Amino acid sequence: MLCDRCQKRPAQVHLTQIVNNIKKQMNLCPTCAAELQAESFGFAPQVNLHEFLAGLINHHFTGAHLHQPAVSTVRCEKCGTTETQVAKTGLFGCADCYKQFGGQVQPVLKRIHGSNTHTGKVPKRTGGKALISKEIRKLKIELQDAVSREEFERAASLRDRIKELEQQLQ
Amino acid sequence: MSIKDTVSSSYSKWLDASGPESDIVISSRVRLARNLVDTPFPHLLGHENADKVIYAVQTAIGNEKIKADIGELELSRMTELTPTERQILVEKHLISPDLLEHPEKKAVVLRNDEVVSIMVNEEDHLRIQCLLPGLQLKECWDLANKVDDGLEHILDYAFSEQVGYLTACPTNVGTGLRASVMLHLPAMVMTQQINGVLTTLSKLGLTVRGLYGEGTQASGNLFQVSNQVTLGLTEEEIVDNLIMVTMQLVSQERAARLALYKEQQYQIEDRVWRAFGLLKYARTMTSNDAMGLLSDLRLGVDLGIVPNIPPGLIMELIIMTRPAFLNKLKGKEMNPYQRDIYRAELIRQRLNSF
Repeated sequence: MLCDRCQKRPAQVHLTQIVNNIKKQMNLCPTCAAELQAESFGFAPQVNLHEFLAGLINHHFTGAHLHQPAVSTVRCEKCGTTETQVAKTGLFGCADCYKQFGGQVQPVLKRIHGSNTHTGKVPKRTGGKALISKEIRKLKIELQDAVSREEFERAASLRDRIKELEQQLQ
Repeated sequence: MSIKDTVSSSYSKWLDASGPESDIVISSRVRLARNLVDTPFPHLLGHENADKVIYAVQTAIGNEKIKADIGELELSRMTELTPTERQILVEKHLISPDLLEHPEKKAVVLRNDEVVSIMVNEEDHLRIQCLLPGLQLKECWDLANKVDDGLEHILDYAFSEQVGYLTACPTNVGTGLRASVMLHLPAMVMTQQINGVLTTLSKLGLTVRGLYGEGTQASGNLFQVSNQVTLGLTEEEIVDNLIMVTMQLVSQERAARLALYKEQQYQIEDRVWRAFGLLKYARTMTSNDAMGLLSDLRLGVDLGIVPNIPPGLIMELIIMTRPAFLNKLKGKEMNPYQRDIYRAELIRQRLNSF
C-alpha cells in the first residue's frame, strides 16, 4: 500500500482520527507521518470551530445527539435560514434569526459564554431602551457607593434620576 | 500612503518594537464584529447586497466627523488587489485569510499607518481592527471604540438589548470584541513551562494560537493569546483581564530568560550566535527555519548577547520572508526552493552590516 499523502513511499503508519464522531483513517509513510506530527504539534486544527458549534446547536435545537440529522422545519421569516441550516453550519443567517430561534439560542449562548445577557457597550444612536437600562445599572452602582460613604444627598439625587429613567423605560 | 504602498512595504507600525513591554509583547490587537440590520450576514449575501454593504461602509468612512476623529481611511475592494497583494495583507496581519475567499464580495479599509483596518463582508459585515506595537490593549480598545462610534453614527447596527451586538457566529455575540496579544515566549518554551501555562490560560477563558490565527502553529515561539468569551462581560473587563494575564506571562517569561541565561550561559550564547551565523551566511532558508532562527536572534538581542540589532528589524524580517512578500519583492511567482534561496539572500543583505 502506498502512502496516502505522497503516493510514492510505502505506507507503514496507520493513523485513525476521530473528530466530532467522524472517523478518518490515513495510511502514511514514516516521512509523511513525521511531517504531519510536527505540523500538528499542539496547534493544528484538531476540531473545526464551526463544525463543533454546529453539533452543539443541533443538540439544543432538536434535542438530537451530535451528528444525527436535525429534523426541524422552523425557518427564519426574514432570511429563510432554517434551524437545520444553523445546526449544520454553526452560523446564523441574519439578525432576525436571533429573535426567531430565540428560545433555543439562549442555552447555546449560555453554554458558550457562561452568560446570555449583554452588559457591554450599547450603540448611541440606535441603542434605545438598552442605553437607558445601561445608564440605570451604572447609576445603581454609584448609588450603592454613595450610601456606603453616607453621602445621602448624592444618594437621594441618584435615586431620583434612577426613578426618572425607570419611568422612561415603561 | 495608499493601500498599494502598504502591500509594497515590509514595515508596519506594529512591528517597530517601540511599545511597552516590547521585549516580550510584540503587538496588541482589538477587533470588533459588527453587522448591519436588515441585511443577511455575509455568508448569505448575493453580489448585489454585498455591494450595498461595501457602498454603505464607503459612505460612512467618508463622513467628515470620522475623518476628524480617526483620520483618512481608504477602502479597496479585494478585486482591486492582485492575489499576491491580498496575501501580503494577511502576512502583515491586517486581514484574515477568510477575506481572501470570494474576493468579489469583499473589501478592506485601511488607515495609512496600518493601525486601523476594517474587513468588509468577512464572517460579519464589519470587522473593525486596531493593531499597535507592544502591550497597548487599552489604547487599541479606545481607538476601535472611536471608529465604532463614528461608523454607528451613520450605519444601523444589528443590536439586541438582551444579547448585544448580533454576529453570524454565536461565539462573537455580545460585545463582538476579541482582544489579543502576540507574545514571544522562547524561554518558557525552552524550559518546557509553556504547556502548563497554556493549560492555565484555557482555564481563564483565554485561547492560544499560532502566529497566523486559528489553526496555525506556534512557529518562532510566537503565541497569540485572546479572550474566548464575548458576552456577559463589559469591553473594559475583557481588556483588563487580558492585560493582567499578559503582565503575568511577561514577568514569567522574563524570569525564565534570566534563570536560563544564568544557568546555561554558554548554551544560550552558543544558540544565539549559531542562529546569527546561519542567518548571516546560509544560502537557503525555509520559512520555518527562518522563524526559529530569527526567534533565537531576537532572544539574543533582548538578553544583550548580540548588541546593536534593532528588534523591529527582526520582526520585519519575519514578515518580509513570508512566501507572498518574497514573491512581491522579487516581482514574480517563485517555487518553494527558489523562495528558500531568495529568503536567505534577503536576510543576509539585511543583517550584513551587523
